[in-house]
Amino acid sequence: MRRFRALYVAGVAAAAGLAAAALASVVLLVIGASPWATFATMFGGPLRDLYGASEIAVRAVPLTLVALGVAISFRSGILNIGAEGQMQVGILASTAVALALPRLPGTVLLPLSLAAGAAAGAAWGGIAGWLRARLDVNEILSTVMLNYIAAQLYGFLLRGPMIDPDELMTGSGTPQSMRLPRGAWLDRLVPGTRLHTGLLLALALAFLVWLFLWRTTLGYRLRAAGEEPRAARYAGIRVERSLVVAMLLAGGFAGLAGSVEVAGVHHRAIEAISAGYGFGGIVVALFGALHPAGIVPAAAFFGLLLFGANMTQRSAGVPGNMVLVLEGVMILAIVSAGMYVSNPYAQERALRAVRRILRPRGDAPGAAPGPATGEGGP
Amino acid sequence: MNPPAPEPIRELALEGITKRFPGVLACDRISVTVRRGEVHALVGENGAGKSTLMNVVAGLYQPDQGRILVDGEPVRFRTPAEARARGIGMVHQDFMLVPGLTVAENVALGLRAAGPRLRLDLDRARRSVAEVAGRHQLPVDADAPVWQLSVGEQQRVELVKTLCLGARLLVLDEPTSALTPQETDDLLARLERMAAELPIIFISHKLNEVKALSHRVTILRRGAVVFSGDTGRKSTAELAALMTGHEVRQARNDGGGASGRVVLEVTDLKVRADRGHLAVDGLSLELRAGEILGLAGVSGNGQRELADALAGLRPVEAGAIRIAERDLAGALPRRFIEGGMGYIPEDRHHEGIVPGFSVTENLVLKDVGRTAFSRGPFLRLGAIEENAARLRDRFDIRCASTAVAAGSLSGGNIQKVILARELARAPRALVAVYPTRGVDMGAAEFIHGQLLSLRASGAGILLVSEELEELMALSDRIAVVYRGRILGVLEGPAASRERLGRLMAGVEG
Amino acid sequence: MIALRMLHDVLALGVPFSVALLLAALGENFNQRAGVFNLGCDGVMSVGAFLAFLAPYLLARTALAPFANALGFALAAAAGVLLGLLFALVTVTFRASQGIAGIGLQLLGWGIAGTMFRHFIGGVVGIPGVAAWPVPGLSRIPFLGDVLFAHDPVVYLALLAVPASAWLLYRTPWGLRVRAVGAHPRAADTMGTSVARVRYQALMLGGAMAGLGGAYLSLCQARMFADDLVAGRGFIAVALVYFGRWTPLGILGGALLFSLAQALQLIIQVAGIKFPYEFAVMLPYALVIAVLALARRSRMLGPAALGKPYDREARV
Repeated sequence: MRRFRALYVAGVAAAAGLAAAALASVVLLVIGASPWATFATMFGGPLRDLYGASEIAVRAVPLTLVALGVAISFRSGILNIGAEGQMQVGILASTAVALALPRLPGTVLLPLSLAAGAAAGAAWGGIAGWLRARLDVNEILSTVMLNYIAAQLYGFLLRGPMIDPDELMTGSGTPQSMRLPRGAWLDRLVPGTRLHTGLLLALALAFLVWLFLWRTTLGYRLRAAGEEPRAARYAGIRVERSLVVAMLLAGGFAGLAGSVEVAGVHHRAIEAISAGYGFGGIVVALFGALHPAGIVPAAAFFGLLLFGANMTQRSAGVPGNMVLVLEGVMILAIVSAGMYVSNPYAQERALRAVRRILRPRGDAPGAAPGPATGEGGP
Repeated sequence: MNPPAPEPIRELALEGITKRFPGVLACDRISVTVRRGEVHALVGENGAGKSTLMNVVAGLYQPDQGRILVDGEPVRFRTPAEARARGIGMVHQDFMLVPGLTVAENVALGLRAAGPRLRLDLDRARRSVAEVAGRHQLPVDADAPVWQLSVGEQQRVELVKTLCLGARLLVLDEPTSALTPQETDDLLARLERMAAELPIIFISHKLNEVKALSHRVTILRRGAVVFSGDTGRKSTAELAALMTGHEVRQARNDGGGASGRVVLEVTDLKVRADRGHLAVDGLSLELRAGEILGLAGVSGNGQRELADALAGLRPVEAGAIRIAERDLAGALPRRFIEGGMGYIPEDRHHEGIVPGFSVTENLVLKDVGRTAFSRGPFLRLGAIEENAARLRDRFDIRCASTAVAAGSLSGGNIQKVILARELARAPRALVAVYPTRGVDMGAAEFIHGQLLSLRASGAGILLVSEELEELMALSDRIAVVYRGRILGVLEGPAASRERLGRLMAGVEG
Repeated sequence: MIALRMLHDVLALGVPFSVALLLAALGENFNQRAGVFNLGCDGVMSVGAFLAFLAPYLLARTALAPFANALGFALAAAAGVLLGLLFALVTVTFRASQGIAGIGLQLLGWGIAGTMFRHFIGGVVGIPGVAAWPVPGLSRIPFLGDVLFAHDPVVYLALLAVPASAWLLYRTPWGLRVRAVGAHPRAADTMGTSVARVRYQALMLGGAMAGLGGAYLSLCQARMFADDLVAGRGFIAVALVYFGRWTPLGILGGALLFSLAQALQLIIQVAGIKFPYEFAVMLPYALVIAVLALARRSRMLGPAALGKPYDREARV
């Protein structure tokens, strides 16, 4: 039975993957690109050298951080789609703090600015959490709306109060902030690449999130509230409070992700900085089965995809928006497959279908197998 | 289509019906024959396969093996529509009525037009309703929105609707579960009249009704037929023994024990229902240590709202709930739990356990923050595992291991998990809402035994139940709730079925 | 007098502004009444907007030019049907979580529209769009004439879609089935209605209408296409269905409310009133949140089975 389950899950996953690839291929064909060549470049291109591998890791860092937050929120029963906006708000806060206190030593300035970014993201997420807990506002709608609002705020501040004075002087007017003081930078991990120590932070946090969700009482309560809010309420767990806590954490992780990107890669707040990491993080979380052990490799895979998409844009002329298509089909495939994997009826039906094929003489006699449940009953 | 008086089915035969669900063999080669002019009772404990079998007949489920013959002709019902087209009229325990639509609209939903139609023809539905209502003396208002009707009225609508849609055979699933004793008698009388016209199968686990109404009875146990024959040939006790497979020993309360000290005092409580009206409207009661206070009443008279308020799950409009001298009305659930209240909720699957969590995790759901199970913010996994092993033995929870998901257990075992968790906390007062509903007799016996020993240890138990037999056997006193107030409290010996029935229907004295 | 002039301008702009929202929300209403909420509405609108724009762009100098606009609308509707079909497959047949699946559809729609736009066109290109059809006589009424009777034909059709939706929902057997399936699918199932089939149909109709809403944006309102053309209107449309209590008339009210807010924002800027552009743009989104926050009680009035997948074989 165990063996069949493993086969079944693998089969469902393969079918889902193929379906996703097929759907994406349709789009590729419409724009005249070869699906085979595109996928080959996308998956093979980045892995050709060390630089490629480092670029994958660079992208995996914010993806991991966002996905960890998303995983916490989804497991607590609240769907955070607002990572894009939370990242942007986090970037604004951490940049502002770093620029305001340039003379602080690095050992203080860096953690301070990162913390500010996390706090701002948490607050932004907390708004949606509070709206859901107190006023029962659908969090998908509110976080999406907050994304749009944050985007406007981001643009406003980067074009106005927070713009680099140099830009104004030279007249180019690129919406970006001043360079961060050296003390607020994350150090290079591998010279010659863009990979920075944020990677270590992300990995450490992945471990901590696992510890938090499965080894602490608060994590236990969050998971209970997410799985079955009614039973959690009956057991004295404050479900409304859990929702807010979950959104604070999720927003905090997203804010941190943005701040880490700035501190490690760009060293200043720029326009398209969070592009795609917000939604990409959601895909990574789903792909990683909402568990840190799955999220880390999923983030690496998705980093590969993002960098690969970059390469196909340059070499094969496939527009960058193709990434959105991939994200979309991946989400659809994952949630479809997920239902099949977790639905015991579907698995039973598949098992019986397989049995019928393998034993054409007739049905296997006797009761169906399955976990011992004592007397059968409703 | 729908002729005025469709030709009733002469004979419905089920041969070797087998149906499986994940991990459960619900129907095991069942063969039953029902003929016109007879009321055929289908009897068994919950989980014996009665509802599943009837859902197969109604086309909701597909049998894995076996066949169905209508008037000697084999049929396959791939959808409920096909079963209906053949004349199978199923009246479900949970009414299949769309609450937001009117009676006529509900009937119209099932009426098939001659061809594709653009206009909704409600008049046709209204005419059909009037005709059936007249023929069978089942008065209904065709334009009433269903959600405004009482439970009894909704049941009548279900019957009328089923007949309007051309039923030539009626299957009634636990038809009396939500009715007062008087409404039950009324329904049974109507069914007797209708039996002359078309075959009726009724599913029940209430043996006195089975004896009163049916001509033939088929008894299912663990998905298989253990007896099929004339009802008159077996006594109620024999039927019960066949149902359970052994001598039925109803745990009985042997009196004595109530110490007089009040553990829970409810004074003039007012609680609103979700819809906005006052479901609990000035309710007062006293629960003493060492006693079982039964709460009888037809479902829907405020029991749910009362139980929720006693656990801190619902805001309180007015009144007091005193536990050990402290008024906790309107406090958070955690305060009630800390005050010594235990709660066995109505919906065990969604309110009693977290189905996705393991049995082990569920057993500490209320206590995870206590020092026994946590050190600072961290869980003490060793202590939690030990606790689970201990409780599993003590409460005879049947599962492959305590690591399995609690939601995969049978109803009786889920109830044992909940019971284990609550009783292990040694509550001062326990509110148990329909604790043995949908649970097989073996587990029910066990639960009754546990409740009685909790009583013996000095706790007070408020037992909310629809089964008068259960209440009469276990309770020291029985209070009857009607329209949100306690209409009367009867001491054990004085609580007869007739007196309780009158109070449940709102007749005082 | 200035105030009156401003009011006139806001209303005259607001009515056509509401068309895209109105069509998409009316379509989403069918989805939700049947028990499924499609958060990918914005993505479907984007695809519809692009395809509707593509037709006149490609056919501008060919013999088919006079039909280009109609063809654009047809393409948008067809794409909406296909995307609705895909969403139905995922949420009805595979019973996936509707919220997350919606976001997936969302991203897919954005991706398709953006990818094809970059590949086929790549820059900002204008198209002639659909000309206004002033109603003879009525459009000369001072003030109201401009507000109600001087628009392009699609506006009139969209307004007609309101009573048409109501008729479809309340006066036809199909509408009855939709309402039953969203409120109590098991009851509908036992009475012979195929829950899956009705939901598929509703989602395809909803998708088509969302596509048409997007088409209006590119063909009639903006007369061009850009990545951020739809700008979240699809999400606003979903919120409008809650706000309008799942009735076509309520949705019309909500759509007008939002579009008037958008028109107001534009008129303020044109009037030169000093207000940071970005904050004005924020307004509709903040308004959605406010509206959702205030409409909490209406949840109870919605289709009872909204958001829950239906499995006949599931043990009740």
